[in-house]
Amino acid sequence: MSGLPNSIRFPAKAGIQSVVTLALVLAAPLAIPATAQDRLPPAPYAYQQLKDPAQEARAKALMEELRCLVCQGQSIADSDAPLAGDMRHEVRSKIAAGESPAEIKTWLVARYGNWVSYDPPFDGATALLWLGPLLFLALGGWLAFGRFRRGANDDEGGEA
Amino acid sequence: MKNRWVLFVPLAIMGLLFGAFIYRLMTPPDTLIQSQWIDKPMPLFDLPPATAGVAGLKSSQLADGRPRLVNVFASWCIPCRAEAPQLEALKAAGVPIDGIAIRDRPEDVAMFLREYGNPFDRIGADMQSSVQIALGSSGVPETFLIDGKGIIREQIQGVILADQVPEIVAKLEAMK
Repeated sequence: MSGLPNSIRFPAKAGIQSVVTLALVLAAPLAIPATAQDRLPPAPYAYQQLKDPAQEARAKALMEELRCLVCQGQSIADSDAPLAGDMRHEVRSKIAAGESPAEIKTWLVARYGNWVSYDPPFDGATALLWLGPLLFLALGGWLAFGRFRRGANDDEGGEA
Repeated sequence: MKNRWVLFVPLAIMGLLFGAFIYRLMTPPDTLIQSQWIDKPMPLFDLPPATAGVAGLKSSQLADGRPRLVNVFASWCIPCRAEAPQLEALKAAGVPIDGIAIRDRPEDVAMFLREYGNPFDRIGADMQSSVQIALGSSGVPETFLIDGKGIIREQIQGVILADQVPEIVAKLEAMK
């Protein structure tokens, strides 16, 4: 994480306005210290486990599979970003209310897409990822087969 | 050796890879996670007032026949300050705007409104980001265009820029 919380967005388009924004951002720490992050305590279930160990185990397994939205590359189980804490609270509350991990995952994927999961399903976008190794294996097998056969034909003095 | 050019193939592949890495380092991919909860009804919620003197926000209030904006913001979000003039301009153009304050304290929201103006009809306090998550929103500021039936039509991520204001007014007008 950099100095500024990266859940805060800057304008995508460049222009005078982003210069103004940048100036505001740079000047802000001088004017009002410590406003770059929210001042609320973490949500109850952000850092507190569920009482039932079986439920906590299910929540933990799901949290490790869910991707943090602001600190991309970490799971929400690993991240200390406030939004990740709030997502842990959401997951634990739903598990405690009797929802299954699969239901919660479906609920989140409906909002953030497969991006939010570290275990995306097999579909058009991931097909090459899953089938790639098989393709390369087949290609290697085909090349090796061709080479062996050519080796056997070398006796006749023919070279391709 | 009849085909010595073949020997250069690995070098060429390495060069291509190298080029690909340099390209990605120079132009990092877009890391915005867009909400998939579009063309769907507003999730059900009932948020308490974020600060004294401004009403809280209920999802049922967002289906009153008038297209509107729901602005997800926070007093601690510095770019949100840069967005305030554009929200004022939208309000001046007759656009109803409701707010959802993320992880905010009432006194901080009050100070933010005093300093940067209050274009909001209502502001709900989302203390644990639960409505933000239900919206598929991943940061502040974000703005959702809601039609008169309470259906989310579009998500705008990041600060609304001045040149986007007329476009947003026109889009909401078209939803009427």
